[in-house]
Amino acid sequence: MRKAIVMDNKDNVATLLTDVEEGDVIHDIPGKAGGVQIQQKIPFGHKIAIRKIGRGEAVVKYGEVIGKASEEIAEGRHVHVHNVESVRGRG
Amino acid sequence: MELLGFERPDGSYGFRNHIAILSSVGCANDVSLRLGRMYPNVLVLTHRQGCGQLGADKEQSARTLAGLGKNPNLAAVLVVGMGCESITAKYLAEEISRTKKMVEPLVVLEEGGLMPALAKGAKFLHQMLDAVSPMRRIPCGLKELTLGIKCGLTDTTSGIASNPATGMAADKIVDAGGTVIFGETPEVIGAEHILAKRAANREVAEKLYGVVKICEERVRASGMDIRGANPAPGNIAGGITSIEEKSLGAIKKGGNRALQGVLDYGEIPRGKGLFFMDGPGRTPEALTGLSATGAQIIIFSTGGGSPAGSPISPVIKVTGNPHTAQRLQDHIDVDVSSTTRGESSLEEAGERIFQELLRVAAGRVTKAERLGYGMVSVWNVGPHM
Repeated sequence: MRKAIVMDNKDNVATLLTDVEEGDVIHDIPGKAGGVQIQQKIPFGHKIAIRKIGRGEAVVKYGEVIGKASEEIAEGRHVHVHNVESVRGRG
Repeated sequence: MELLGFERPDGSYGFRNHIAILSSVGCANDVSLRLGRMYPNVLVLTHRQGCGQLGADKEQSARTLAGLGKNPNLAAVLVVGMGCESITAKYLAEEISRTKKMVEPLVVLEEGGLMPALAKGAKFLHQMLDAVSPMRRIPCGLKELTLGIKCGLTDTTSGIASNPATGMAADKIVDAGGTVIFGETPEVIGAEHILAKRAANREVAEKLYGVVKICEERVRASGMDIRGANPAPGNIAGGITSIEEKSLGAIKKGGNRALQGVLDYGEIPRGKGLFFMDGPGRTPEALTGLSATGAQIIIFSTGGGSPAGSPISPVIKVTGNPHTAQRLQDHIDVDVSSTTRGESSLEEAGERIFQELLRVAAGRVTKAERLGYGMVSVWNVGPHM
């Protein structure tokens, strides 16, 4: 069973298909022969950075922009509402 | 491929054979509910609209309520009004009668109050039960099907498996000459450029951009952040980070065919093929709008396992989340989590959904129907006076 899925080759995030703990290594990442080492506990269905994402850089999934990083996100860290700002639907 | 449906006088086909009591106005709900308790084999469709509404909002409620009555799954309709409301029982009955189905208005004040109205309503329901209960299914083509599609309690598995697999089933309906309608305008924000590329012509693309713009402007005018409302707390818990991420996954549920038109909420399409319906993502309003467009069956793609249903259209619940498929078997009709895990293809998942659709069209009772889950809730876009 795969442990993560990358939806498009332009993506800088992968979606986890299992709960992970710090130190786990995810091998299902195209172009990452050594895998991605998980930096923190993250639940099923949530996203990890599969390379470093700089502050203000676009977060890309499905090959499309899903938001901007509000802080630098290291490879293997949780990518979610605490460090990504939506660029649409804001008052 | 043949389906088995109930032929209606206007040539359409129902895949359920319901009699419905439809309130024309919220004030008549008590009468509808009392009749429903007396006749438990009859659907009761109550809602809060029908009076004290203005302009486009009133028109939308009237169009939606008439659309619900016209849905081919309803063999006969008793429309109940008070007699003092703006969307009257007589108006709705007149609109519904364009389908030539059996329909009667019941106006409480004209009948001399509640008790005489209940007696008159009972008489109509007996006539309807006599006419409708002997009806039998006959073969019809897939082109007679209008399939509604909605996603709800979305998580990240929706965009990976249940939405794209549902889209594959949708493509089969369109390819067979049928109609598919999906919607939820907030869940196009951030993905409109992808959907617009599939528009059959420039007018359709412009209307799509237009409804998305109006939707986003409503959020901006409120001065609020869409996040918290959409994605909702349940979406965020399921790993969805932004409306853009949700939208990019959500549009996959409509499949891959050309978009023939953008419908107003509850508008019945002219022509066949794939349509987008403007409207909110909130489940009861979204399902009500789809039933009003004439969708006889709805596929509901879910991550977290919503129990949602529609009283009029059987709702088939599909999940790609393996935990949901295990935990919420009472809610889920089709489990495509093996596709999420990478153990089966999207094509296989789409075929499983399509086969379930054929079974439900032939009469298999969906989980939402078994649970009796679902209500009418009309999308209200103006102030109540």
